[in-house]
Amino acid sequence: MIRSLIFLVIGLLFGITMYKSEAASWFRIYEMFQFQAFHMYGIIGSALAFGAVFTFLLKRNQASSFLDGSKLSLTDKEKGWKRYLIGGTLFGMGWALTGACPGPLFTLLGAGFFPILIVILAALLGTFAYGALRSKLPH
Amino acid sequence: MLELILKPWPWYISGPMISLVLLLLLWSGKTFGMSANLRTMCAAMGAGKRYDFFDFNWKDQIWNLLVVVGAIGGGFIAAQYLSLGTTMDLNPQTITQLQQYGIQDAGTAFMPEALFGSDNWNDPKVLGLLIVGGFFVGFGTRYAGGCTSGHAITGLSNLQLPSLIAVVGFFIGGLFINHLILPLLL
Repeated sequence: MIRSLIFLVIGLLFGITMYKSEAASWFRIYEMFQFQAFHMYGIIGSALAFGAVFTFLLKRNQASSFLDGSKLSLTDKEKGWKRYLIGGTLFGMGWALTGACPGPLFTLLGAGFFPILIVILAALLGTFAYGALRSKLPH
Repeated sequence: MLELILKPWPWYISGPMISLVLLLLLWSGKTFGMSANLRTMCAAMGAGKRYDFFDFNWKDQIWNLLVVVGAIGGGFIAAQYLSLGTTMDLNPQTITQLQQYGIQDAGTAFMPEALFGSDNWNDPKVLGLLIVGGFFVGFGTRYAGGCTSGHAITGLSNLQLPSLIAVVGFFIGGLFINHLILPLLL
């Protein structure tokens, strides 16, 4: 129960940040791909800088989960480049069209932009299509 | 203080807040990956009966679905109670450019009415953009094994080369659509 509450609160924090930072706005993503503002680069860059320090500290101190003492999942990504480059490019296309990456999809729903439901359903369909075609795709 | 919360947050508050979310999730033994939820939802709807990619115990991922519920709630709270208006400090050049494409509310609205307004989404062109865009988001993130949170934030924070390749891909695809396709569509 407490554990559920913790993840709910983390989600709330994330959702509020996505809206208040305007990272969930189609306009900000358009502006980012036009290189017309530092805003999105500042957000991602500073999240990354602090994130790298936090990740480093968790690793160096061999921290374990504050919830149940289990090992942290700081695993390496699978090697390779095809899936990352092709998949990443396809996602980038979707991101530029809809202005939404998966986190903001949900935040925008809560903020009351209901046509985003169409995007969410299409994203579920896209995920399903990947699962169906996976064995035929280069990875 | 309250006024600072009610105004749009600058990047140097927003970025560290995201890293705080990353820290809390990593430290709890989980990961920061929003697109993984789309896979979990497919699994919960029974896709595992047909494709083994979805054949896993999705109930182990309930924690991440709770993050999604929170992200929805956070959007509601932020829009309803933590904002004074929707004025956005966009680059004036961006605003002029979008107005030339017929998007008049750049700088005054949170989302373009032309794409996300309740009267416009069922225009065939807009509907096509939302469906095709959404499909690419779902397909591409799963193919690449992550999105902005999983690769650009978590993966790069953990100095993962595959994540850097994925982020390069995000920009190849995004720049292509933004510069070459959106001008034709909007």
